[in-house]
Amino acid sequence: MNDTFEPRIVAFLCNWCSYAGADNAGIARMESPANVLPIRVMCSGRVSPEMILRAFRSGADGVLVLGCHIGDCHYISGNHRTIKRVPLVRNLLGYVGVNPDRLRLDWVSSAEAPKFAKVTREFVETVRALGPIAEEMEQ
Amino acid sequence: MMDAGRHPNITLLTYSEVEQVSGYVGNFQVRIRKRARSIKEDVCTGCGVCQEKCPRRVVDMGFEAGMGRRKAIYFAFSQSIPNLPVIDRENCLYFTRGRCKVCEKECPAGAIDFEQEDQLLDVEVGAIVVATGFGMWDPTQLPQYSYGLSPNIITGLQFERLTNAGGPTSGEILTAEGEKPERVAIIHCIGSRDENAHPYCSRFCCMYSLKHAHQIRDKTGAEVYDFYMDMRAFGKAYEEFYERVQEEGITFVRGKGAEVEVLSDGKLRVKGEDANLGRLVAADVDMVILATAVEPQPDADRVASLFGLGRTPDGFFAEAHPKLRPVETSTAGVFLAGNCQGPRDVPDTVAHAGAAALEAVRLFNQGEVTISPTIAVVDAVQCVGCGECILSCPYTAIARDGNGKAEVNPALCHGCGTCVATCPAGAITALHFTDQEIVAQIDGLLEMMA
Repeated sequence: MNDTFEPRIVAFLCNWCSYAGADNAGIARMESPANVLPIRVMCSGRVSPEMILRAFRSGADGVLVLGCHIGDCHYISGNHRTIKRVPLVRNLLGYVGVNPDRLRLDWVSSAEAPKFAKVTREFVETVRALGPIAEEMEQ
Repeated sequence: MMDAGRHPNITLLTYSEVEQVSGYVGNFQVRIRKRARSIKEDVCTGCGVCQEKCPRRVVDMGFEAGMGRRKAIYFAFSQSIPNLPVIDRENCLYFTRGRCKVCEKECPAGAIDFEQEDQLLDVEVGAIVVATGFGMWDPTQLPQYSYGLSPNIITGLQFERLTNAGGPTSGEILTAEGEKPERVAIIHCIGSRDENAHPYCSRFCCMYSLKHAHQIRDKTGAEVYDFYMDMRAFGKAYEEFYERVQEEGITFVRGKGAEVEVLSDGKLRVKGEDANLGRLVAADVDMVILATAVEPQPDADRVASLFGLGRTPDGFFAEAHPKLRPVETSTAGVFLAGNCQGPRDVPDTVAHAGAAALEAVRLFNQGEVTISPTIAVVDAVQCVGCGECILSCPYTAIARDGNGKAEVNPALCHGCGTCVATCPAGAITALHFTDQEIVAQIDGLLEMMA
């Protein structure tokens, strides 16, 4: 692990809350790390386990899933599925030798630009400390 | 109300309940149970002789809020629309004891029908407006206000009957003993803005409490003590009314009334803190009016599942967007009007209801519904018919077709893609957010950063 390691983070952002939150963070000129590669989905419920695994297989060092707060989902209950699904994928990651902390689920509403900046910064630091996923897979 | 009753394009079904709703925007099928009034509606002239002659008298917990009585055959209230009585079968002597039939004997039109049964009506409608109103919070849940321990502790709604010219005292404000009160206390926020009851503000109690204070001053000259936390005179000309009432010699106590004690002589002692004076205060009065909270109807659960409505944490039905779509719901073609969506006063309710009606009319005028192209489609060849998607859909937009395969109704689908991620067979595609598109984005972005 070295200090110059810049992790690549795939972030799935739901269209209504978290994508708008990320947008607002940009509009407000809040600093958030460029390591985060945002992918817009309509709902965090659209994020299937296959997609998360695919991101890791394609070389992502971390995957972030952000959605609306529970009870605030634009699609009523799409994020109820997400909250059940992501812990399962975390278990699966541990089973195949990937540190489950490389996958994080959080809620960012469209009004929470500062939270978007905070969550992304935190997560980049978490993954930076874990090191490149390629090294982990070699072990 | 009368206009609605007379309008040729309006079919008014009172004393009826929606039992079942199916279909989707523009094409709803609704089953309505029209309960048996025991009256032949096309024969009855609404003369009211039956109500007059009926020997059975019961306390009216409906319109009179327990302050007055009604007969076992009764009109919901005078000038009710439609102008038809109903037999309350739980109290009618014929239905409970098998004899009486006085109303049948007296009815000049021969409109009484004891054998009448509930009717089921199936109607097709294009849009639905839910306007089921609100319930009143029961103040016995906070025993410190002693509601129920003295007949002179009443709710704001009960006071409305007392001060109404058509009410049990013909509009005279009297205590249960039949005397004019000399001192009256009004306590705001009973069950509202209270972490032990409802956290929200019920919004219109401040204004009706001010009206009550004014009416008591005006009709009886009694001293009025008004215990309030914050006076929310939020509407047009409301602040001016508050100022007018302040000049009428009413004692406003800033601080919530904490307790009502029934004294041995029947008088009522209201205790509280005057936050402006920083002192505990008490007032001995003859009558206490509790401005009780507005809450969702007790059957809001059933109504929500019937019409596919969401609910906000306070229990009221959820609008599609709190600012931009205040009358639409998450189900296309179903609109909300009035207090079922949240507490609001009369002008706001009228505005809200007008907006809901216009949204429905707008649908009809367009004749077509524009939907977003981001919807889900099922590949029937790959679908194994497990039904997981049906369970995952927040909009009940997926059903089985004739072969047991899943089928998405494009008019109901909002395109969230939850079913796509749920389908174990990979048989569902989210248009414009396909797996291939997302995977290409993942790979492309990671390559770019490599």
